[in-house]
Amino acid sequence: MVLVYISSNNGIAKSVVETITYARKLSDDVVVITTGAASQDDLAQLGKYGASSVKVDRAILGGDSQQLSRLISSLALSLSADTVLFSHDVIGKAVAPRVSVQLKAGLVSGAIALPEENGSIKVNVFSGKAMGFVHVKSAVKIISLLPNSIPAELNGSNCPVEEINGDAGAALIKVISVKRPEGDIPLPEAELVVSAGRGMKGPENWGMIENLASALGAATACSRPVADIGWRPHHEHVGQTGVAIRPNLYIAIGISGAIQHLAGVNGSKVIVVVNTDSEAPFFKAADYGVIGDAFDVIPKLTEAVKKFKSLNN
Amino acid sequence: MKILVCISKAPDTTSKIAFSQGNTVFDENGVQYIVNPYDEWYALVRALEIKETIGGEVTIITVGSANDDAIMRKALAIGADAAVRVDADPKDAYFTASQIADFAKTEGFDLIFTGKETINFNGSQVGGMIAELLDLPFVSLASKLDLNGETIQLEREIAGGVELIEVNIPVVVSCAKGMAEQRIPNMRGIMAARTKPLKVISPTAVEELTSYVSFVTPAAKSTVKIIDASNMDELVRLLHQEAKVI
Ligand SMILES: Cc1cc2nc3c(=O)[nH]c(=O)nc-3n(C[C@H](O)[C@H](O)[C@H](O)COP(=O)(O)OP(=O)(O)OC[C@H]3O[C@@H](n4cnc5c(N)ncnc54)[C@H](O)[C@@H]3O)c2cc1C
Ligand SMILES: Nc1ncnc2c1ncn2[C@@H]1O[C@H](COP(=O)(O)O)[C@@H](O)[C@H]1O
Repeated sequence: MVLVYISSNNGIAKSVVETITYARKLSDDVVVITTGAASQDDLAQLGKYGASSVKVDRAILGGDSQQLSRLISSLALSLSADTVLFSHDVIGKAVAPRVSVQLKAGLVSGAIALPEENGSIKVNVFSGKAMGFVHVKSAVKIISLLPNSIPAELNGSNCPVEEINGDAGAALIKVISVKRPEGDIPLPEAELVVSAGRGMKGPENWGMIENLASALGAATACSRPVADIGWRPHHEHVGQTGVAIRPNLYIAIGISGAIQHLAGVNGSKVIVVVNTDSEAPFFKAADYGVIGDAFDVIPKLTEAVKKFKSLNN
Repeated sequence: MKILVCISKAPDTTSKIAFSQGNTVFDENGVQYIVNPYDEWYALVRALEIKETIGGEVTIITVGSANDDAIMRKALAIGADAAVRVDADPKDAYFTASQIADFAKTEGFDLIFTGKETINFNGSQVGGMIAELLDLPFVSLASKLDLNGETIQLEREIAGGVELIEVNIPVVVSCAKGMAEQRIPNMRGIMAARTKPLKVISPTAVEELTSYVSFVTPAAKSTVKIIDASNMDELVRLLHQEAKVI
C-alpha cells in the first residue's frame, strides 16, 4: 500500500490532488496522512482522487520536520507501506529526507513520471537540462513528486476520515509569524506564467505584464537580474538559481534566454517568446515566437486574450 | 560559534550536459567545476558573516575525490578556516549525508549549513538526512538567519509566503537566496588558502539506497513558429486550438 503525506493547512492545493492521483496509479490502497486544521469535508473529498482513507492528526500545526517525520514513519511501519509519497514542495523537501533515514528507504526526490517498466523513476537533473532514471535499492521507496508533473484525475467518491493521535513528540521549531503576499498565485503551482526580463527597462513598466497575467489568470515571474536589482520580488526569480517551474504555458517577455534562465523553465509544455531581437537565444527553446517590441506587443496580446475570454465564457 | 558548511562541486552553469557509456555516466569532457552556487553564495558567506560578528570557526566539508580540492581551496580563499574532505565518490544522498554526519558527530558544531540543493542533482536531500542522522532540528530553504545567543531566528519560504521561526542551536539549515551576498575572493584570501589545513579522511562503510541507471537529454524543440507582431489574435488562437494551453 501507499502512504501519502499531504499538507492541508492552506486548503487542498493542486499538488495535493496530483500526489494522490499518482499514488492511486501505484496501488489501489492509498492512505493519506495529514495534519492541521483542514475541514473533515475537504479531507473526505480526497477520496475522489483515489484516497482509500484519510488520517488526520490535529495536534501538529506547523511544518516541524522532526515531528512530521516521526508521525509518517511510524504510520508507514504500522501499515507496512511499500511506498511513501510526498509532494516535492517545501515540506516534502524537509520531511522526506528524514523519513528516508528513519526507514532506511531510498528517496527519489522530484519525480516527474510514474515508474518505468524496470521500476526506475524519472527525475530532472542538471537543473532540467537532462533527466535521470533513479533505481531504489531498498524494499520500501520514498518518492517526492514534482508539482505539475501529472494531471489530477477524478476516479472515486468521498472516503472515510479518521482523527488520530500520532506519536510525534514535541516541535523544536517555533513559528513566530507568517507573511503572505496577497492574492498571488504561488509560482510552483501556476499552470500559466507570464515572465519578463531586463527588456522591460524598469519596474514602472510591469503594469502591462500584470495586466496580461490577470487577463490570462497567470502568475508572474522574472529573470534573475530583474530580481537582483529589485525591480521584482525575489520569489519571482526563475531559473537555475531561482525557482524551477514547469507550467503548461510560459510567456517570456524581454528575456534573452540565457542557459541559466532556460534551466528553470524548459520543462514548460509550451513556451512563447516576445523579443525585439530575432537572434535572441530564447527563440531556439520556444514553440511560438513574436519578434517585436514588448511595449507594443503586450497590450495587443492582452486585448486579444480578453476578447478570446469574453467569447469563450 | 563552530560552524560546518557542506560544500559540493557543480558543473559550471554554462556546461554542455552530455552522457557517455550508453547514457549511464555524466560526460565530464571539457566540464569546468565550480562551487555549487547555493553552498558558496549563501551557506558559506553567511557562516563567515556570523564568525566575523561573534567569533568562531568555519570548517568546510566535501565528500569527493582529490579533483575537488580546487573548489575547496576556493572556499578557503573566500574565508573558511579549515577544510575536510571525505575521500569517496558521493554516490547517493544517503551515503553522502552519512559521511558528513559521521564526521560531525564528535565535533560538536553549533550550526551545520548546506545549500538549498546541488544544481546538478537538485535533490534537496542531504541537509535533511544529516539532521536526522544527528537527531537535530532542520530548517529548510532559509532565506534569512539572525543569531541571538543560543536562539536563532530564521525566515524560510513556505507555500506562497515566508515564515518567521525560532529554534535553538545546534541545528541544520539549508540556505537559499537572500541569506547573504556572493563574495569574490581577494588576492590575500587566495594566498592564505594555500596554507590552510585541508584534511583528507577515509569514508565509513555505508550502503547506498539509490543509484542512477541512465540519463536522457530532452528532445530538441521543433522549430519555433513565428507569429506576426500585429496579429496577436492569431497567437491566442494557436494557444487555444493547437497548443491547447488556454
Ligand atoms: C551562476 C549563474 C546563475 C544564474 N542563474 C540565473 C537564474 O536562475 N535565472 C536567470 O534568469 N538568470 C540567471 N543567471 C543570469 C543569466 O546568465 C542572464 O544574465 C540573465 O538571465 C539575463 O536576464 P534577461 O534576459 O532579463 O536580461 P538580458 O540578457 O539583458 O536580456 C534582455 C532581453 O530583452 C530584449 N529586449 C530589449 N528591449 C526589448 C523590448 N522593448 N521588447 C522586447 N524585448 C526586448 C533584448 O533583446 C534581450 O534579449 C545566472 C548567471 C550565472 C552566472
Ligand atoms: N558531495 C557532497 N559533499 C558535501 N556536501 C554536499 C555534497 N553533496 C551535497 N552536499 C550538500 O547538500 C546540499 C544539498 O544537496 P542535494 O541533496 O544533492 O541537493 C548541497 O547544497 C551541499 O551543501
